[in-house]
Amino acid sequence: MILKKIALIGAALLLAACSSDPEAGPDAGVTGGGSTAGGPAPNTLAYFNQVVGDRVFFDTDRHDLNSSAQATLSGQAQWLNSNPGTTAVIEGHADERGTRQYNLALGARRANSVYNYLISQGVEANRLRTVSYGKERPIALGSDPNSWSQNRRGMTVVTGAPSS
Amino acid sequence: MRSYVTVSDLLRLCGAVVLAIAVVAGSAPRAQSQDDGALQIDVTGAQFEPLPIAITPFIAQEAGLTQVAGDIVGVVKANLERSGLFRLIPEEAFIGQISEFDTVPQYADWRAINADAMVAGTVFRAGDGRLQVQFRVFDTNAEEQLEGLQFLADPADWRRVAHKVADGIYAKLTGEGPYFDSRVVFVDETGPKGDRRKRLAIMDQDGANLRFLPGSDGLVLSPRFSPNDQSILYISYDTGAPQVFMLNLDTGQRERLGNFPGMSFAPRFSPDGGSVVMSLSREGNTDVYAMDLGSRQLRRLTQHPGIDTSPSYSPDGSQIVFESDRGGKQQLYVMSAGGGGATRISFGSGSYSTPVWSPKGDRIAFTNVRGGRFHIGVMRPDGSEERLLSASFLEEGPTFSPNGRVVMFYRESAGQNGRPQLISIDAATGTNVRQVATPNAASDPAWSPLRK
Repeated sequence: MILKKIALIGAALLLAACSSDPEAGPDAGVTGGGSTAGGPAPNTLAYFNQVVGDRVFFDTDRHDLNSSAQATLSGQAQWLNSNPGTTAVIEGHADERGTRQYNLALGARRANSVYNYLISQGVEANRLRTVSYGKERPIALGSDPNSWSQNRRGMTVVTGAPSS
Repeated sequence: MRSYVTVSDLLRLCGAVVLAIAVVAGSAPRAQSQDDGALQIDVTGAQFEPLPIAITPFIAQEAGLTQVAGDIVGVVKANLERSGLFRLIPEEAFIGQISEFDTVPQYADWRAINADAMVAGTVFRAGDGRLQVQFRVFDTNAEEQLEGLQFLADPADWRRVAHKVADGIYAKLTGEGPYFDSRVVFVDETGPKGDRRKRLAIMDQDGANLRFLPGSDGLVLSPRFSPNDQSILYISYDTGAPQVFMLNLDTGQRERLGNFPGMSFAPRFSPDGGSVVMSLSREGNTDVYAMDLGSRQLRRLTQHPGIDTSPSYSPDGSQIVFESDRGGKQQLYVMSAGGGGATRISFGSGSYSTPVWSPKGDRIAFTNVRGGRFHIGVMRPDGSEERLLSASFLEEGPTFSPNGRVVMFYRESAGQNGRPQLISIDAATGTNVRQVATPNAASDPAWSPLRK
């Protein structure tokens, strides 16, 4: 899972590098995305979720964005800016090692960190909404540090793009 | 199908009822005794002994009432046993028997089986068809009647009558307030850990009369009772974000409290029921607010970049305890109900959260996380006399019984198949740990006030 995450971050960085031309429309990205033969088209949800990366991770009790999270979010912002018909819900999540109410507040902080970063990268505020799920929606179900690190996350859930 | 008691039933139950019945001839208590309650368990000592008590079969005054008389005694016994403060002497050990309700018991027969207290009761049908239940509590050593009460109720409410009888016995013999005639609302959880269906459920404190509340499918959290027992505050994701809703238990009507940007959560009623204190998160920052339910005016009580949440009023309504990470990690703070300066009260190791003020006002229960373990604890409102009652991998969210004697919370087991369960514990002694039976996994319990 960690390897996969690194691969995704790498892909996001690549994408960031090849679509940094502000004139580049959705089609321009085909070159970058197209290099993985048979991969999803760049304007699709699948591309956003798998290539750009739909999630960033946080340290325990923290809501600041580390450099890899910032790289992923820069890629998200560029994708969102290239696909203006889309909107996104930013979900803030926490691991199970805190109380429900604290984790709701912590999830709100995390979602807000992601939101602010995307706004700073030029995404229109009216296309974004935040929601905290606290610890109510874990993706890794174990009770171990690796599972907890996957659950301390901000998820950018995009709608309005073709799925694949 | 009748699933819960309606208002009219409540009125009938509370209107006519609690009548003291005559002292049985020959067992008059010592006049105006300053030593009132000669028989009383020492319920505060660390090494208290459960009080040995004999509950005799209640006498049915007509054949058709034999079943309900037995059922009532069963509920009474189960309550007293579950409290941990009584030792029930099995019927097989009885030497004496009560064949007439209005006769003086042969005290020696009950002393011989080491029963310090004995209860006799009778069930008959009142002229208007209602169930009429009378009972007496005797001190077998002092040879006197300590208590004599009767209750009238719709036959369908026999369980509530049984709880009232148990409350009468419990209160007289422990000196604590009653709590058996009360309910618990909680979050019923089904489905896998990553996609739990959470819905609101309500039941009597002994687990009977469970039903699911309408309009709460999907994801709901933190239900809380109103002081009049008729409304529930809770969190729902119905609008796409967590928001505080209020549900009227009688009418089933639900409404969203306010229309806030961001989210609202962690609600609790004020003791007079006139306002709701809760957390609002705006742009990622969580503060405590109070809403007047009449005017719907919102008043901000904390102004801090930290996470300020889990507010709970003192029973007199003058103060609020809440948790905040303003000092680094979550700690408990007390402030005036109108907001303003807050005083930190938790100073032990780890973090402190989910404070709740005891209905008696003398304790605050909380969740503490230290050394990777979760604990439920209690402390004085000034932070002194902290005591951790329990520990496990994950437990949180204490709620007090109406008399402040019992704390219920939820405990979740670890791993993929981990599931939450309701646990109760004696808040004064840290003993009598019991799992509260629920049909599915269960979390976020909230105890109702004592029913009227």
